[in-house]
Amino acid sequence: MYRIVKKEKMNEAVNKFVIEAPLIARKRKPGQFIILRLHEKGERIPITIADSDIEKGTITIYVQKIGKTTYEFGSFKEGDYILDVSGPLGNPTPIEKKGNIYCIAGGVGAAEIYPIAKAYKEEGNNVYVIIGARNKELVIMEKEFKSFADGVYITTDDGSYGRKGFVSDELLEHINNRKIDEVIAVGPAIMMKVISELTLKYKIPTLCSLNAIMIDGTGMCGVCRVEVDGITKYACVDGPEFDAHKVNFDLLMKRLKSYLDEERISLEQYKHMIGERR
Amino acid sequence: MAKKIRKTRVEMPKQNPKGRIKNYNEVALGFSEEKAIEEAERCIQCPDPTCIKGCPVEINIKGFIKKIQEKDYEGALSVIRITNLLPGICGRVCPQEEQCEEVCIMGKRFEPVAIGRLERFVADFEVGQGKKPEIKLQPSTGKKVAVVGSGPAGLTVASELAQKGHKVVIFEALHKPGGVLIYGIPEFRLPKKVVEQEIENLKAIGVEIRLNHVIGKILTVNELLEDFDAVFLGLGAGLPAFMKIPGENLIGIYSANEFLTRINLMKAYLFPEYDTPIKVGKKVAVIGAGNVAMDAVRSSLRLGAEEAHIIYRRSRKEMPARLEEIENAEEEGVIFDLLVNPIEYIGDENGRVKAIKLIKMELGEPDDSGRRRPVPIKGSEYLFNVDTVVVAIGQKANPLVTSTTPDLQTNKWGNIKADEYGRTSKKGVFAGGDIVTGAATVILAMGAGRKSAVAIDEYLRTGKWK
Ligand SMILES: Cc1cc2nc3c(=O)[nH]c(=O)nc-3n(C[C@H](O)[C@H](O)[C@H](O)COP(=O)(O)OP(=O)(O)OC[C@H]3O[C@@H](n4cnc5c(N)ncnc54)[C@H](O)[C@@H]3O)c2cc1C
Ligand SMILES: Cc1cc2nc3c(=O)[nH]c(=O)nc-3n(C[C@H](O)[C@H](O)[C@H](O)COP(=O)(O)OP(=O)(O)OC[C@H]3O[C@@H](n4cnc5c(N)ncnc54)[C@H](O)[C@@H]3O)c2cc1C
Ligand code: FES
Repeated sequence: MYRIVKKEKMNEAVNKFVIEAPLIARKRKPGQFIILRLHEKGERIPITIADSDIEKGTITIYVQKIGKTTYEFGSFKEGDYILDVSGPLGNPTPIEKKGNIYCIAGGVGAAEIYPIAKAYKEEGNNVYVIIGARNKELVIMEKEFKSFADGVYITTDDGSYGRKGFVSDELLEHINNRKIDEVIAVGPAIMMKVISELTLKYKIPTLCSLNAIMIDGTGMCGVCRVEVDGITKYACVDGPEFDAHKVNFDLLMKRLKSYLDEERISLEQYKHMIGERR
Repeated sequence: MAKKIRKTRVEMPKQNPKGRIKNYNEVALGFSEEKAIEEAERCIQCPDPTCIKGCPVEINIKGFIKKIQEKDYEGALSVIRITNLLPGICGRVCPQEEQCEEVCIMGKRFEPVAIGRLERFVADFEVGQGKKPEIKLQPSTGKKVAVVGSGPAGLTVASELAQKGHKVVIFEALHKPGGVLIYGIPEFRLPKKVVEQEIENLKAIGVEIRLNHVIGKILTVNELLEDFDAVFLGLGAGLPAFMKIPGENLIGIYSANEFLTRINLMKAYLFPEYDTPIKVGKKVAVIGAGNVAMDAVRSSLRLGAEEAHIIYRRSRKEMPARLEEIENAEEEGVIFDLLVNPIEYIGDENGRVKAIKLIKMELGEPDDSGRRRPVPIKGSEYLFNVDTVVVAIGQKANPLVTSTTPDLQTNKWGNIKADEYGRTSKKGVFAGGDIVTGAATVILAMGAGRKSAVAIDEYLRTGKWK
């Protein structure tokens, strides 16, 4: 049982949770994630470790409501317990001094890229961050990034904040003005695909973090299969980060839709149930 | 006057096939006391019993059956427990027909004594009486052992060492202990409460279980050695094998591990009450013909598949599954497509599998395993429509632990090298079960656990390594 010591609502969709998990807090490195299960009937879902506090023995995660489990998680309060937390899983991001690094995030991806951006900075890189969201309300962590990054740029689909457009539009402008040594993209598969196509054209090395469906996170089940350079890899143990230029994003996007019908049933049933309780 | 001996074994009652594929309850219902005695009476108590040598852990089979004949079931169980700590599990899942029962003298002329069914009977009888095994614990030695993995190998080591007075902590990657017994073998073959009971027994003797601990990630073996006097690795063979043929990553193609984990560990058969989904559709093809394949194909029927096929590249004779499970599958209506092999999967526009391209095979010369090698017949390809495919062609070693423990030697398949007593190349580190032998059986994993426990105990007492 893992206690939620703090919960903070970032916006309508995203909650921040600080969870007691001392050993994970001590061990985790940027780029790694946990797999959690809320309760006895719950499914196992992967969530990135955004931050940790070794002294307090806590880890921080940001969770966006998109389906049954993440909605239900949103209803958890401070003092509540999560049944299972396993981690840290996946490989840490290889952090080296490279020069100018661009961290591109979509939506809740901002939370996922945060520890990576910070580590790149601490390693002596110049770190620029581009955050994309549907609208102003959904932009998270701008302040946190501004506290250390060399530049923070926002794009929104509707133009309610920052540049109107996509993260790729913003990145293109920077490509034209600055030598970029590495791009790292974290967010929806389609966003990572677009960024990858752009940086391939300009031959900028690019990493992306693949959000495949997972169960165990140890290489045991194979549900997280992705194709990199034509070879099957397991996102949970071989990744989650891969060379974006070699990733088969179309396959990833299709596989993410494996359970669309069931996810809809599950969410509708959940909403119905909490509706009844009120 | 000598009693006339029954030539055939006493049938064990089973749920009828039509009904049982609509539920997840255990198929084989076990012997009643009368039936158990009737079957036990078939044992002629050979002076030189061959059955015992046929058992990988050499259970005193003659001895425990004698006790059943005397209606001393507790006594029978004590005899088994000298060498086998998990009789309720082994009685259900051991391939007896190629072990003890294969060499039973009765079997030379008639049907062999149903040793497995009797083993199960005595274990269930104890549970039925609400009794717990009486275990004598030796005084604490102050030594600590870390056991990684809670499959049959790990559980056995833990139990033996705890009884010898050592403090044992099990580290398990998943959120439930039991290894394959929990996430792999389905409820209808091995009720989870049987496994849960064994785990309760372990906790009762002071074994601590830390779940959600993936060793190699949260702690390395070297870090464990800082806190513990010895480490046992019972990691199993947890990595699914695929065939590496085109289209294998289409949606609807599961590894057997994923398929069975969703069902058994995550209870997807109870979706949407439980949150984890599974999709089977109308027509399911399972590739392979071992125990894992039988479990998957029979599970698919229970999930509503109308047509469930086994696709196997050799012939019936070579199928590695337990005979009983093949028969159960047949009774339940599983269709066996033999001497065919997939060469490609075809998907629809959404990336979901819709057909398998199969090629017919014939048997050629014997291969290394002694079985005749299947050879493809040129030009015999055809399409086979499916909604779901489960690939059950084997499991390999997971490198999470070995890749983070450089001085732990492995063989070319990634299995940990260990001697007969589980001693690895690294001082203080022992290993046993599927991680050493490659995917094998519950009883072999347990047997390896027992042997390792002896060596670990000796190492803890004397500090001597090899
Ligand atoms: C390594 C990794 C790290 C992640 N880190 C975070 C994080 O820090 N914060 C966060 O909010 N989310 C994160 N995710 C995504 C998160 O796991 C999914 O949002 C979650 O599993 C959805 O569960 P659900 O039951 O709420 O929705 P579901 O009902 O399962 O899914 C609803 C919809 O979301 C899409 N979806 C399903 N699974 C995923 C997935 N794994 N990634 C993206 N979309 C998916 C599907 O297309 C589906 O239509 C991460 C995923 C991975 C693999
Ligand atoms: C579907 C299926 C059906 C089977 N049917 C039969 C049968 O009928 N009869 C029979 O005799 N055998 C059968 N087998 C084989 C038998 O189950 C195995 O041989 C046996 O379970 C091996 O035991 P083990 O203790 O070595 O490993 P496992 O049972 O595999 O247990 C290993 C445990 O270690 C854990 N682990 C792995 N890595 C780590 C890590 N890094 N950190 C922490 N924990 C870790 C795993 O999560 C797992 O719980 C079957 C196997 C399967 C998959
Ligand atoms: S999540 Fe199961 S193998 Fe990656």
